Amino acid sequence: MEDHLPHTAQAGVKIVIVGGFGVGKTTMVGSVSEIRPLTTEETMTQAGIGVDDNYGSESKTATTVAMDFGRISITEQLVLYLFGTPGQERFWFLWNGLFEGALGAVVLLDTRRLEVSFDVIGRLEERGVPFVVAVNTFPDGPRYPIEELRSALDLPKEIPIMECDARRRASSRDVLLTLLRFLHSLTTVKTPV
Amino acid sequence: MTPPQRRRRHPEAQPPPPPEPGGEGAPDGKRVRNPERLYIITGAAVEDGERAPIDLVTLIVASEDPPPSATPEQSALLRICQAPLSVAEISAYLNLPFSVVTVLLTELLAAELVQARAPIVRRARADRSLLEAVMHGLQKL
Ligand SMILES: Nc1nc2c(ncn2[C@@H]2O[C@H](COP(=O)(O)OP(=O)(O)OP(=O)(O)O)[C@@H](O)[C@H]2O)c(=O)[nH]1
Ligand SMILES: [Mg+2]
Repeated sequence: MEDHLPHTAQAGVKIVIVGGFGVGKTTMVGSVSEIRPLTTEETMTQAGIGVDDNYGSESKTATTVAMDFGRISITEQLVLYLFGTPGQERFWFLWNGLFEGALGAVVLLDTRRLEVSFDVIGRLEERGVPFVVAVNTFPDGPRYPIEELRSALDLPKEIPIMECDARRRASSRDVLLTLLRFLHSLTTVKTPV
Repeated sequence: MTPPQRRRRHPEAQPPPPPEPGGEGAPDGKRVRNPERLYIITGAAVEDGERAPIDLVTLIVASEDPPPSATPEQSALLRICQAPLSVAEISAYLNLPFSVVTVLLTELLAAELVQARAPIVRRARADRSLLEAVMHGLQKL
C-alpha cells in the first residue's frame, strides 16, 4: 500500500546517510521515518574488460545496488527524504545526482571497522558535501573518546562528531538536528553582510 | 587501544584551488570539483531536452487518468501518483530501477500526463530559511 503525501506537498529535500556494510544505515532510516523504509534499486550493466575486444565475447555483468530510504514530513509543503547509501564509492555514480542538491550527509561509523569510512569521508570532502559524523555504538565495538576519533579521522574541530544509537528515534533525530545546526552555521559564515 | 588513522589523499589539507578560468579540470588530472558547475552541466543537459530534470526527491503527481494507449508501466505509475510521490517512492512501489522510472517519467512528462514538482534545492548550499524549516520539523519528531 502506498503512503501518499498530502496534495499540498510541493518539494522534497534529501539527506544522505552513508556508511559501510552493516553500520546501521537502514536502522537509522527506519527509526526516524514516518513510512516503513522503502528500497529503490539501480542496475548497472558493465561490459567486460576490453571493450573493443577481438575475442567476440561480450561478457556483461549486471550489478544491482539497493538503497533504503525513509521520509519525514516537515511541513504541509516540505518533505525530507533520508537515503541510506552503502559506503562503497564505486556505486554512487549510479544514483545520478544523489549528492547534488542534498542538504548534507551523515557519515555513520562503526568503531569495529573505522577504515571502511575513510574513503567516504575523503569523497565527501572532495565533493564539498557538508557532513557530520555519527558513531553507532555497538556493545562489542571499542569506545574511543571523541577527540581521539577526530584525530584518527583527521577532521577539523568544526565538524560535529557524536555517538548515537541508530535504533532509537530520538537519537537518530538528534543526529539529523546536529547536521542541520552545522549546515546552518555554515550559512552564517558564508553569507556576505 | 588506538583507532586506525585516516590518511588524506592530499596529505596537506589545502583550501580548494580557485576555479581556473574556463578550465573543467586541471591538465594534471586533478579534477577541480565544483558543485555549482556540476549543477550547470546537469541543467544544460535538461535544456537540450535529453532528459527531464528528475531527481530522487522530485515529487510527481498524475494530471490525467491513464489513456488507453498507456503501457502497463505507465498506467501503474499514473495510478500510484494520484497523490504526490517522490521518484524514489515510485521506484520502490513499482519495483523498477531508478533509471527506468526516469525514462518512464520523461515520456509521461512529455505527454503531460504527469506534473513534476521540482526539488527546491539544486544549489551548492541550501538557504537559511529552508534549513530552519527542516530543523523545526525535526524538533517536532
Ligand atoms: N547495538 C546496536 N545495534 C545496532 C544499532 N544500529 C543497528 N544495529 C544492528 O546492527 C545490524 C545492522 O544494522 P542495519 O541497519 O541493517 O545496517 P546497514 O548499514 O543498513 O547494513 P547494510 O545495508 O547491510 O550495509 C542490525 O542487526 C541492527 O539491529 C545500534 O545503534 N546499536
Ligand atoms: Mg541496509
